[in-house]
Amino acid sequence: MDMNAYLSMFIDESNDHLQTLNENLLRLEGEPEDLSIVQNIFRSAHTLKGMSATMGYEDLAALTHEMENVLDLVRNSKLKMDSFIFDTLFKGLDALEAMVQDIVNGGTGKADVTSIVAALQSIFSGEHKLSVPDQKAAAEGDSSNVDKPILLLDEYQTSVIKQSIDSGHQAYHIHVTIREDCLLKAVRAYMVFNLLEAHGEIVKSEPSVQDLEQEKFDRSFTVFTITQTKLEELHTQIMNVSEVETAVITLLDEESLHLLSTPTANQQAEAEVKKAKEEVAAAIAVVEKKEEAAKAPAAVAPRKDSPAQAAPAAVNRTIRVDIDRLDTLMNLFSELLIDRVRLEQLSSEIKRNDLTETVEHMTRVSTDLQNIVLKLRMVPVDSVFNRFPRMIRDLAKSLDKKIDLVITGADTELDRTVIDEIGDPLVHLLRNSVDHGIETVEERIAAGKSEVGTIFLRAYHSGNHVFIEVEEDGRGINQERVLKTAIKNGVVTEDEAKKLSSDEINMLIFAAGFSTAEKISDISGRGVGLDVVRSKITSLGGNVTIDSAFGRGTKFSVQLPLTLSIISAMLIKLGSEKYAIPLSSIVETSIIRRSQILNVHGNLMIEFRNTVIPLVSLSRVLETPDFNDSAEEETEIVVVRKGEKWAAVTVDEFIGQNEIVLKTLGKYLTNIEAISGATILGDGQVALIIDPNALIK
Amino acid sequence: MGEELKVIVFALADEEYGIEVDKVRTIERMSPITRVPKTAAFIKGVMNLRGVVVPVVDLRGRFGLPEQEPTDNSRIIVVAVDDLEVGFIVDSANDVIDIDTDNIDSPPEIVGGVKAKYLHGIAKLGDSRLLIMLNLVEVLNKNEIEQLMQLEG
Repeated sequence: MDMNAYLSMFIDESNDHLQTLNENLLRLEGEPEDLSIVQNIFRSAHTLKGMSATMGYEDLAALTHEMENVLDLVRNSKLKMDSFIFDTLFKGLDALEAMVQDIVNGGTGKADVTSIVAALQSIFSGEHKLSVPDQKAAAEGDSSNVDKPILLLDEYQTSVIKQSIDSGHQAYHIHVTIREDCLLKAVRAYMVFNLLEAHGEIVKSEPSVQDLEQEKFDRSFTVFTITQTKLEELHTQIMNVSEVETAVITLLDEESLHLLSTPTANQQAEAEVKKAKEEVAAAIAVVEKKEEAAKAPAAVAPRKDSPAQAAPAAVNRTIRVDIDRLDTLMNLFSELLIDRVRLEQLSSEIKRNDLTETVEHMTRVSTDLQNIVLKLRMVPVDSVFNRFPRMIRDLAKSLDKKIDLVITGADTELDRTVIDEIGDPLVHLLRNSVDHGIETVEERIAAGKSEVGTIFLRAYHSGNHVFIEVEEDGRGINQERVLKTAIKNGVVTEDEAKKLSSDEINMLIFAAGFSTAEKISDISGRGVGLDVVRSKITSLGGNVTIDSAFGRGTKFSVQLPLTLSIISAMLIKLGSEKYAIPLSSIVETSIIRRSQILNVHGNLMIEFRNTVIPLVSLSRVLETPDFNDSAEEETEIVVVRKGEKWAAVTVDEFIGQNEIVLKTLGKYLTNIEAISGATILGDGQVALIIDPNALIK
Repeated sequence: MGEELKVIVFALADEEYGIEVDKVRTIERMSPITRVPKTAAFIKGVMNLRGVVVPVVDLRGRFGLPEQEPTDNSRIIVVAVDDLEVGFIVDSANDVIDIDTDNIDSPPEIVGGVKAKYLHGIAKLGDSRLLIMLNLVEVLNKNEIEQLMQLEG
């Protein structure tokens, strides 16, 4: 079977499962008692294991298997989650992600994960509890003195063994370890059992026979058996079973039997550990929990309020489509639109009723089709948001802060092209909120706030835009310090600073070369400041604003266009050339006379709504060969805006308003001044799209 | 015998040039080209290639040869190298031939006014016909365009 055909599917699905694992582990960290979450995690891990094994990615499968073992104990209430287990599982997830990424990049998905596997195995065997030599053990009495767990026999078993010994039989305690590379552990265990049963009788085994059969054991198991066979002979026979590494056989006498069945006061704790490791584990987990609370390390409990999360049972009837195919569909469709315009022209010239009707019908159908094609490109913003809970958790942990991330509106849809671009700016804003916004626990308590800071990440539609907000209840922007830094870094002069409004001061943190952080931390990587965030968002045709109250928190509000692929634009003419100006930046259109043009210090200005705004000659900026507006007595103008700034742009003629399909100029032509892209007009010609931001200085 | 190389042959001024066929996406007749302001003189603008906007370069201008008005024979060869897609205006394009790579020599310093670094080599085709193999990566070198722009600006 050619696995390459399934590779992309494998990668997609692996990423899905990794995401599910990540999300559910985070949820579980918030509600460690909820076993249904563990079930979800287990299912995902199990599927992932199966898929990896099928595809031949052994390392991936092996690591998942170890994680699954631990999860299985949790699922069956034999193990309680604690912060060590969470950290180990998260580490395991990271390793899995790295492996899948390696496969994406054409690698083999191999990685050295021995330390994680060892940690997982120690959790599975319960050793990580026992090997913790610190005060936790002290709290538990002397239980940590036990180096090796011994089985505790119940009364009945004890009496059976006792009677056997009395009647001249031997009772042995046998500890069998199977080789690490053993493939069929359950079979080996079965063979050992078979052998022992042939020689005598098995009184008890640990793990239980059932668990052994289902391979629910690590590498070793312990058996109590009664037999007449001599110790050495039994040993030889067990060792003859292939793939058995060691077999430690201890002869039981009355004394050892007594120890096993009647624990002394001191042994009580010891026995508890031996008898049911998981119970002790649970006890320690509780102690740990308390300590955790006292120590107050980071704790994140991300919540998702999106309805999709609330009803995971609903089956998604979807298929995956390669984004390139959608782009091709889009291109083909715009060809169709161009032909439609031609047909409309032809039918209006030919004036035949049946032709006109057919063309009209085609127009309606293609309009519907256009809507569908556009909707196909819409993706829920969740695909960007879903990586944030984990990120915030890790950041909070490393900064020793307590943060609650609340996500709303994750189902809000945005065009794929915007989705692809918006991730990095949001990461930046969130990191800023964690690093600079939310205070440390001590600071929060001192400020009379709850020790857990909250970051809200919201997305919602409004008109033709999508808003994404990052709001936190942290320390807010210290305007005094912002001003000081801005003046020190030469962002504003002292005179300018005095005139700034409160909002303008807040916006200063977006200025290039600005940084309020006294020390540069690796968290927000302050070298690249928020100015990068703003320029990215602006380049997407969006906008970002800040709202902050000192001591109470900060809100970043990002406004984005719904789609980057189709926009409303005003088509204009400059001589023989046609251009498009995005409607979103047009304030209004108008006509001015030559006499209305003012000359201020060599700059042309006009009066517009009681203010004076600059007048820009588009033909001069674009160096048009066959049009010059200086000759005209009356000139059409378009008033455009960039934030608060306005400018009037002179054009030759208005053609009209149109929905245009945005195209890039390709990688060969980049950074063309005043041009942001191109579109294809109804006649098949390419028209360039003006970037109004470049016209306003 | 070396390997066989399939090559698109086109003419520019009085020379014949070759581009490996796997670098060529399509050959088009001249179509309307939209001027892009503030670009190098040899960049004629952009055209609509079945829904994709493709920049068009006058190859004569790119090589510093005298430019001329397009004729009926003029063609636009659309090449794709890495993630760059560019159309070249050439005087004519009408042949696809196989060349033995053994017959390709390294380029001499100057051939027909075209700088040696744009050339991969010269292929000898029997009856004293010479074919100049283009080094597309250098022809599409963007750094050079930016330098040219600065000189012109």
